[in-house]
This record gives sequence, structure tokens and C-alpha cells, in this order.
Amino acid sequence: MHRNPSRPLSPHLTIWRWGPHMLVSILHRVTGSGLATIGAAALVWWLAAAASGPEAYGTFVSWATSWIGIVIGVGLSWAFFQHTLSGIRHLVMDIGAGFELSTNKFWANMTLVGSALLTALFWFVVLGVK
Amino acid sequence: MRMETPLSRVRGLGSARSGAHHWWLERLTSIAAFVLFVWLIASILRLPSLDYGTVTAWLRDPIAAVPMLLLIVTTFWHLKLGMQVVIEDYVHEEGMKLFSIVLLNFFTIAGAALAFFSVLKIAFGGDASNG
Repeated sequence: MHRNPSRPLSPHLTIWRWGPHMLVSILHRVTGSGLATIGAAALVWWLAAAASGPEAYGTFVSWATSWIGIVIGVGLSWAFFQHTLSGIRHLVMDIGAGFELSTNKFWANMTLVGSALLTALFWFVVLGVK
Repeated sequence: MRMETPLSRVRGLGSARSGAHHWWLERLTSIAAFVLFVWLIASILRLPSLDYGTVTAWLRDPIAAVPMLLLIVTTFWHLKLGMQVVIEDYVHEEGMKLFSIVLLNFFTIAGAALAFFSVLKIAFGGDASNG
């Protein structure tokens, strides 16, 4: 078989050089899956505990404010902001905009910067107010 | 005997036979969830504390209970649509794929129902201080 070496190889994860757009793409699924499982469970637990009474709510709060609860909370808030910003980027691309290589790369990077900043801001306000 | 042409039968449907419906609902629920989560985050940051009394008093107000109910429906709908795509893409064995999607549907509805009922119970439960 004759192969023209100037033609691109068929797509495969191990062949492509990683770029921000690939990272953000797979992070959208990773953060979405995390929010859909751990995030949804935490939301249900919070509401069900509040509906069950002060004792059940106290159990939830003691877990949520333990070090493992705070680690999960920071992780979930970052996952939420990353998934949200990446989702907005996807909605923009759905209307056919932002596909130029430099624009695409710029906004992929901006979702990473933005989610880190929003997570920091969120916890700054939460811990500052309390 | 079908009187329609093959083209009219497949128009707008695509290989999944359901057209862009799933895709469209995923976008629609994402926009609704976005608006409702901005509300939830703003509300949480504005509440003086997140203790039992404050949270239940807040959820007793229709202005908080209704958006929270909408958020539950929207969020669980959106996560069900999203997780289904993830399962379809990464679970290759047909039996396991079907089993995963059945489980996803059960857990989505059970989780949403538990959260939804909890908010209703708080909202309709009356003022706890009145007994």
C-alpha cells in the first residue's frame, strides 16, 4: 500500500499532540459526570436532610464541613464552573462561531482560567461572609 | 404500503431515528439550569447562614421553593441526557450499555423525586416554630 506521508494520520488519542481544546473537551465530560453523580447526590442529601429535621441536617453539615467534605465541595464547585464555562463555549460553537484555531484555543484556555478564578472567588465570599 | 418517499421518512431523523431531539433538549436544559444555578449560588451567598433554621425558612418561601423545584427538574433532566451520551460512547458491550441506561433512568428519577418531595415537604410543612 502506498501512503502519502504528507497526509494526516487517522485520528487517535495517542497520535494527536494535546492542546487546550482537547483538554477542555474531555474535562467537559469528566466534570459533567462528576457533577451528575457526586454533585447530584450532595444536592439530594442536602435537601432531604433539611426536610427530615434538625438532627439529619446536623449530620449533613458535620460531613460537609469536615476536611473531606470541604475537599469534595471545592472539587464540585470547580467542576461546576468548568462545566458551565465550557458549556457556554459549546453553545457559542453550536451557532457556528469560534472555530478559527486561535479563537478556539483562546476560549478553551479562558474556560480553565475562568473556572479557577470563579472557584477562588466563590470560596473567598463563602468563607469571608461566614 | 408506505405512500411516503424514503427521503420524507428520514428527513430530520438521522441515524438515531430520533433526529436532533436529544441534542436540542440537552441545550435547552443547559440554558435553564444555567439561569437557575446563578439564582441558587446568589441565594446561598446572600443567606446569613446555611444552618437548619435559615435554610428551611428560606425554602418555605414560594420565591425560593419554586425556582428550587424547577432547578431539580432541569438539572436531573440535563444530567440524564448528558450521562446517556457518555454511556453510549464508552460502554461498548450492548447488554451492559442497555443495563447502564436502565440504571441511569432509575437513579435519575429516584434522585429527582427525593429532592423534589423534600422541597415540597419543607414548603408545605408550615412554620416549624409554630409546632
